[in-house]
Amino acid sequence: MSDLSYVRKEMQPELPPPTRTTGPIAWMRENLFSSPSNTIGTILALVFVAWIVPPLYSFLIGNAVFSDPEGLRGEACRFEGVGACWIFIQGRINFFIYGFFPFDEIWRINLMFAIGVVLLIPLLTPKAPFVRTAAVLFFLVYPFVAYWLMAGGTFLGVALRPVPTGQWGGLTLTLIISLIGIIVSMPLGILLALGRQSKLPIVKTFCVGFIELWRAVPLITVLFMASVMFPLFMPQGVNPDTLLRAIIGICLFQSAYMAEVVRGGLQAMPRGQFEAAYALGLSKVKTMGLVILPQALKHVIPGIVNNFIALFKDTSLVSIIGIFELLNTVRSAGSDANWSSPTHAVTGYIFAGFLFWAFCFAMSRYSIFMENRLHTGHKR
Amino acid sequence: MQKKLLTLAVASAMAATSSVAYADLLDDVIARGYVQCGVTEGVPGFSFPDENNEWSGLEVDYCRALAAAIFDDPDAVRYTPTTSQARFETLGSGNIDVLSRTTTWTMTRDTDLGLTFVGTMFYDGQGFVVRESDGISSALELSGAALCIESGTTTELNAADYFAANGLDLSNAVIFVTRDEVVQAYLDGRCDVYTTDASAIAAERTQFPNPDEHVILPEIISKEPLGPVVRSGDTRWFNIARWTYFALLNAEELGVTQANVDEMLGSDNPEIMRLLGVEGDFGAPIGLSTDWAYRIIKHVGNYGEVYDRHVGPNTPLAIPRGINALWTDGGIQYAPPVR
Repeated sequence: MSDLSYVRKEMQPELPPPTRTTGPIAWMRENLFSSPSNTIGTILALVFVAWIVPPLYSFLIGNAVFSDPEGLRGEACRFEGVGACWIFIQGRINFFIYGFFPFDEIWRINLMFAIGVVLLIPLLTPKAPFVRTAAVLFFLVYPFVAYWLMAGGTFLGVALRPVPTGQWGGLTLTLIISLIGIIVSMPLGILLALGRQSKLPIVKTFCVGFIELWRAVPLITVLFMASVMFPLFMPQGVNPDTLLRAIIGICLFQSAYMAEVVRGGLQAMPRGQFEAAYALGLSKVKTMGLVILPQALKHVIPGIVNNFIALFKDTSLVSIIGIFELLNTVRSAGSDANWSSPTHAVTGYIFAGFLFWAFCFAMSRYSIFMENRLHTGHKR
Repeated sequence: MQKKLLTLAVASAMAATSSVAYADLLDDVIARGYVQCGVTEGVPGFSFPDENNEWSGLEVDYCRALAAAIFDDPDAVRYTPTTSQARFETLGSGNIDVLSRTTTWTMTRDTDLGLTFVGTMFYDGQGFVVRESDGISSALELSGAALCIESGTTTELNAADYFAANGLDLSNAVIFVTRDEVVQAYLDGRCDVYTTDASAIAAERTQFPNPDEHVILPEIISKEPLGPVVRSGDTRWFNIARWTYFALLNAEELGVTQANVDEMLGSDNPEIMRLLGVEGDFGAPIGLSTDWAYRIIKHVGNYGEVYDRHVGPNTPLAIPRGINALWTDGGIQYAPPVR
């Protein structure tokens, strides 16, 4: 027998797939140059990137001033063609975060945020342990502790140096205002939405009137009324805190918007849901609490988060009545002539913009996460 | 129009309440333990948050002087930042005791809003900035210079009037629509000089790439007197506010400074003795202690020191003293004597 054979005994080595169907070239052919219009779009996009990136890079990084070893402050950024003056942010970061809060007391703010985060983690994480305890602590105990840490005074026998609200500011104040706004406007909005659908004429009229009144007035007007006109109507000596007045104004304003969002969810509920709940013998309160609201709120998560994000950004409007939230601290810190330079103000705005974006983006991602987790039966 | 109506509404509401509600502000302030002072939201040199996250500036020092006179403690002040739209309403509604906020003293504001101006902490007005290398030291040398101006503003009219009155040639002026364009054109070298309020020029100059290469000329060609404001109707408070300002000026005129004020207590100059309360009691009629002016100078310094600290030649703003010098030095800052 000869060794000759026409049957192949070993496997042919695998050839790489043709370059036209794999690798970066194929990916580009498929995604960037698949059609003439696609090609034009790609080229335009590339031109745009080439146009925008180099100057952006040289401003933000290339020509930017990152360190100030000699303590020159603004002078370090005063030269031809200077980029972002990041040392301004470094030097004034304390002010941007804590505002006019006394230097040696800022541990109180840090402690307040630390407690808040610890309590919020179980509340925002699905299936976390201690949710009930955390909820009770966060909503019933934490506000008092936080107020005590911020304002000072004596609480449980421990005395802290009083800090008037006029010295609160910066990112701290932005977070405080928006958190209170979010936490208060949500239940208030639900109540108003339910009241608007009520069959009791007084309740209904009140809710409709409230919602329409607050929705019809610009927030700036509300703030201006709260800060300037309100004291004129009060007897002498009764002069509630400016910040408190502003926060109440924001809460009422937001709850009107929230009510309309929630009402949208309620109207999306088919009649059958109510009838089924009644058929099971549930009372009106239980029908709402166990059947209707959970479904209705789930429908309107995007709308609710939209409101939260809008509220977070609207907090910058309180600067109109001289409250030093984040944007106002950045702006006013820029008026220190020692820090003046061609770009320090712009750098401050970029920083503030980035912080706002980061918080809003986080809220938006969290809402998408919640939507996905709750997509029982409606996801398309 | 809207703003005018609102101002009018506030003014009439104030007129109705002020005489009753604010009958004696000093007693309220003392009971409260601090002065409420309205400041800007940040104007370089005048009021701004400093490195220690505290308010600082020329107009902030006025508030500190007021607190020093009343409480012997310059820190007994709570600052309320006010916007230029809401400042008079904030003062009128009683949220603040005194408004010390780059506010120009005009007849309408002084007579029509239920408010009274205390004095002029800073005579601002339209000034000129030129490149140092051009060697110009007075606005009178600007004939034929390329002057950058915003079109259609008071600034333009003021400049035209000034040039005409002094027989200067304005034919090379370059007109722009916005302020930013003006500043940019000046920086690009398209003009030799540009003009707007001196304090604004000083603040803008600190944002130039090379601020030291530009100088502000000493001439001020328009009237923008900036001063503190109080509500009308409380004479004692008005007098306290006004004499706090006069004390700052008198101290400088008499050479009393923060450093030498204790030494000056032993001075035998009768004017100094009266000012510092060594002789006579000038504090009692305004409800203050005998050493009210001593406290101001001890804690805050005299007007010249305040000026130099915040806007003077050694600060980044470097506004020449010009007409803000004392009357004895060729300026127009002048205080009646303590007698």
